[in-house]
Amino acid sequence: MRIELTKRPQQSVLFSALSPFIALFLTMIAGGLLFATLGKNPFDALYFYFIDPLRETWSLHELAIKAAPLILIAIGLSVCFTSNNWNIGAEGQFVAGAIAGSLIPVLFPNFQMFLVLPMMLILGMAGGAAYAAIPAYLKVRFNTNEILTSLMLVYVAQLFNDWLVRGPWRNPEGFSFPGTVRFHEYAILPQIWPEAGRAHWGFIFALVAAVVVWFVMSRTLKGFEVRVLGQSPRAGRFAGFSSARMVFFAFLLSGAMAGLAGICEVAGPVEHLNEKISIGYGFTAIIVAFLGRLNPLGIVAAGLVLALTYLGGEAAQISLGLSDKAARVFQGMLLFFVLATDTLIHYRIRLAMNIRASAEGA
Amino acid sequence: MQTDQRTLKRGKTREDTELEQVAQNRSAPLLEVNGLTKIFGELRACDAVDLVIGKGEIHSLLGENGAGKSTLVKMLFGSLEPNDGTIKWNGSPVIIRSPSEARALGIGMVFQHFSLFEALTAAENIALSLDKETPIATIAEKAKALSKSYGLPLDPSSMVGDLSVGERQRIEIIRCLLQEPDLIILDEPTSVLTPQEADKLFETLERLREEGKSILYISHRLEEVKRMCDAATVLRHGKVVNHCDPRKETAASLANMMVGEEVITAARTPAKTSGDAEPLIEVKKLSRPPATPFSIPLRNVSLNVRAGEVIGIAGVAGNGQGEFFEAISGEALQSDASTVRFRGKDAGWLSITERRLAGVGFVPEERLGHGAVPEMKLSDNLLLSRHTTDSKAFLGNLGVIRRDTIGETTKRISKVMDVRKSAEDPEASALSGGNLQKFIIGRELDRKPAVMIVNQPTWGVDAGAAARIRQSLIDLARSGSAVLVISQDLDELFEICDAIAVMHNGELSRPLPIAEATFEKIGLLMGGAEPGHVPHGEGAA
Amino acid sequence: MGVLEAILLTIATAATPLLIAAVGELVVERSGDLNLGVEGMMVMGAVTGFGMAYVSGSPWVGIICAIIAGALFSLLFAFLVLTLVTNQVATGLALTLLGLGASGMIGEAFIGLPGLKLGTIYIPVLSELPLVGKLIFSQDPIFYISIALTIAVMWFLFKTRAGLTLRAVGDSHGSAHSLGISVLMVRYLAVMFGGACAGLAGAFLSLVYTPQWVENMTAGRGWIALALVVFASWRPLRVLAGAYLFGTITIAQLHIQAISLADLAFLPGPLFWIAQLVKSIPSQFLSSLPYLATVLVLVLISRNRRLTMMNTPASLGKPFVPSR
Repeated sequence: MRIELTKRPQQSVLFSALSPFIALFLTMIAGGLLFATLGKNPFDALYFYFIDPLRETWSLHELAIKAAPLILIAIGLSVCFTSNNWNIGAEGQFVAGAIAGSLIPVLFPNFQMFLVLPMMLILGMAGGAAYAAIPAYLKVRFNTNEILTSLMLVYVAQLFNDWLVRGPWRNPEGFSFPGTVRFHEYAILPQIWPEAGRAHWGFIFALVAAVVVWFVMSRTLKGFEVRVLGQSPRAGRFAGFSSARMVFFAFLLSGAMAGLAGICEVAGPVEHLNEKISIGYGFTAIIVAFLGRLNPLGIVAAGLVLALTYLGGEAAQISLGLSDKAARVFQGMLLFFVLATDTLIHYRIRLAMNIRASAEGA
Repeated sequence: MQTDQRTLKRGKTREDTELEQVAQNRSAPLLEVNGLTKIFGELRACDAVDLVIGKGEIHSLLGENGAGKSTLVKMLFGSLEPNDGTIKWNGSPVIIRSPSEARALGIGMVFQHFSLFEALTAAENIALSLDKETPIATIAEKAKALSKSYGLPLDPSSMVGDLSVGERQRIEIIRCLLQEPDLIILDEPTSVLTPQEADKLFETLERLREEGKSILYISHRLEEVKRMCDAATVLRHGKVVNHCDPRKETAASLANMMVGEEVITAARTPAKTSGDAEPLIEVKKLSRPPATPFSIPLRNVSLNVRAGEVIGIAGVAGNGQGEFFEAISGEALQSDASTVRFRGKDAGWLSITERRLAGVGFVPEERLGHGAVPEMKLSDNLLLSRHTTDSKAFLGNLGVIRRDTIGETTKRISKVMDVRKSAEDPEASALSGGNLQKFIIGRELDRKPAVMIVNQPTWGVDAGAAARIRQSLIDLARSGSAVLVISQDLDELFEICDAIAVMHNGELSRPLPIAEATFEKIGLLMGGAEPGHVPHGEGAA
Repeated sequence: MGVLEAILLTIATAATPLLIAAVGELVVERSGDLNLGVEGMMVMGAVTGFGMAYVSGSPWVGIICAIIAGALFSLLFAFLVLTLVTNQVATGLALTLLGLGASGMIGEAFIGLPGLKLGTIYIPVLSELPLVGKLIFSQDPIFYISIALTIAVMWFLFKTRAGLTLRAVGDSHGSAHSLGISVLMVRYLAVMFGGACAGLAGAFLSLVYTPQWVENMTAGRGWIALALVVFASWRPLRVLAGAYLFGTITIAQLHIQAISLADLAFLPGPLFWIAQLVKSIPSQFLSSLPYLATVLVLVLISRNRRLTMMNTPASLGKPFVPSR
């Protein structure tokens, strides 16, 4: 017996819509089994993971806080991956954006006016984009594998940030804790609805970005260009599209989005730059991008789901004593199931018994 | 009258009588296939196929592209699993589960798209198909000896990636012969050869027949089948339509059996151009260094095509045609703007989009992945080559794609070119080769281009679609456009061209007017012979 | 002299895990698969090796379990990429993310536990040679295994029929399939071999390099191993050279961070001045040297497109669906 794939003549519309849900369902089953082997009641665990964090308003705000950077980064990555450019260094661009955006409040703490925040956001995007430009340039100019270079630069950015917040940018009044001065009020990203919870404008940016990028990707020639070059570079060249320019476009866009996420994180919930801002959003966003099937609107939903696993992980730890590391296992499994179920979109899968037997009989 | 004869013939060569005849005429058959069936999804690629091959017989398998020939031989060679039917080898039923089992029985195969490894040497390639472990040095020795005895020169230590198509085929043949098979299957062996190389191959095959080996010979070139084969089985849409003796048939009657209807050849009205008409395509001393380790440099290629003309470029695959297409289409730019000129204007520095804006249409060789994106809909593939030339019609504000007009144009092209499809707007990969090619050609014709440049217009396309495509190219030229056709198919070039030039090793010969051109002359040029080859610089005169 | 000897001695320790993981990945890529999950397989090997050694009390049990864990973990990748034809880049990333997550969870219980260190093997007589004796003939057993592995892989790839078959599959899976070679079988085995190697490399980290469990202790070594394969143009001997080059960089920067200026007071004026300058470089910058060196080396090696094209296995990363 073996598994046999037959290419579908057309992509399955049904499975395009269904596959993320099947993946989520399978992940829950696998997760339940995992919790059971850890000696916890799987239903309780799943309840704390997926239901409990949704029960209170403040908790929904926390969800938005976690989802905002994931969605922002994943939207950029979706364009990148669709064009077949593999930027996996979003984490580094996130840090670069956070650093660049922090320049103003850290170096010019007395410059306080309403312009500060917009400038910070722009600088954050520029920082992320500039950092992403390095692997893009190396790929175009020297044909260097962008997967490895963009990833290596993550470590470099993290170490650089570590040096900054322990060295030149350290808050002199911070009792030798690493971290910059707390940002002044003009440098803080406002909360959407302060009476209800902490969710800040980063989430609004994420929603706006999702709609804009969705429109560009699905309705305009630019989106068409991205898809053509991603699926068939040779046909793209025949169409007169430039692969080199696409590399820059994809990397700069995804870098800018990651940078925006980075500055929103420090100017939002964290309120200053420290050594702990890099907690892996850039990598989790890869999962978000695939769970959202590289569609910006799908990514909004996927970002909320992944944010839920973070909160759920905390909830399950408090209530059941489950390791919060389980959340990352959960996320990893989710990506596996997403990729596996994507196969259903392009192929029919069947278990083939040995056909010879019947041929022999005939 | 011919048709009558054929019906008569078909009447008496019904399967069973034919089988009996074969059984009587020859000694016990080597291979007997009954009711062999292969189903892919809903397609019955082979439908209850019967085939009998006698010992020492060259048996031809005839059929159009997509008739099921390749599927059938893959089942015989064990690389595809039949859904139904039986195979008898030397009278006893066998099941061939894998190519190595086929080889163990004594079946060898020379693939159409060679199953070679470019990064390995010839000897290593041969070693991979031998089932017992043999030292490479021994294999190299044996291969050398065998190649000498058959007059097929071969250097076992050469890297396959560096070899020409003809040399690669020799490796395939030697590899096959080294296994001492009783039945050799050759899939379209001459499609990549010059006429002279093909003659050489026929000698080898005839010698193998004398040695008592059987050959299953797949081809769509009817003349060579008539000349060499002892028996033929004709497939159409996966079914056997006839078993016959090709020597007793005419090329036309064989063609009719394959296609199932009267075969139309394109009507070529004489070109109306006078010698002093303005050339619409001017290529002057185009040279290009190789872009990749495996590509051919272009050397001083010069060519003019005037309004109203169809000019052909013949040549064996891999002699620089692809590189030439890239250069002339603007996928690769020239260093000197005047080396390529369209409609009297320098185009060497123009991108492919700008060349299209200058009124040129392009059709590349590869349909899926170059001329079209396989997993995109036809309407998207329309946009692929026309997003800028037709930006007014196809794009709105902010570059928003206007699905309605694009959809209508797709429909119009499909209608004009008779593109048959299963859905309103299917993905390109869901179309058959012929229908997709009709669409890709139609996509350019729809713009009424002043200049049309086509690489391999009918490669792997069924006869009906091929005839339509060829006619449309002639009609375009006669309506005042310049048409340049690059093709490996000599029959095609002789059918539609007003003059034929030959590309060999990155150099282009002077075009021979069709009245002077013969298969032999063109064949010699394809093989790189000097006669008729004009030194650089005079070609454009 | 003492400093220099200490540096030279530790280079092998830094190079060995890179070498083992990269040689494994080289075999995988030669068969046409790009498994970006080396980091994940390695960290799974590290946690399994540490845990099983702790439980059993024998580092060798830990090592064998790590090899098995690496191979089993790589099967996940193989099943998705080979049987379900998923995107290789994304699937490799998934393997890394899952490995980092799962090892973190498994290893929670091991944090702070004392590790078991694999002993050193002194080769009689030879180990008493000056310098060379200490450098080459007084190392941990995995060092010897890593060298033997490299040579064995070289012999396998270029001298055996199975190796020829593997290279053929990596060059053209279509041709291999039509000759009747089982492409999927070859690739499954290759991927599992790569997984086993990564597992061993991980166990080396948690049982020899720093005998303890720390979350994410691979610290990007899996990725550097991937880069080494590209750097080496898919040739085992060059992987060996590359691994030692990176080992040198890693160790050099560690020693620069560790050494105090007082120890260098013996240096003559200008050299001491240079040493002062080097010591004034922040430690974070020194720590990023291996990563920057990786980028630099990748740029240098891929600049020559022609060479890269000639050396890259032609079907690397391309999906394959066998037709039956």
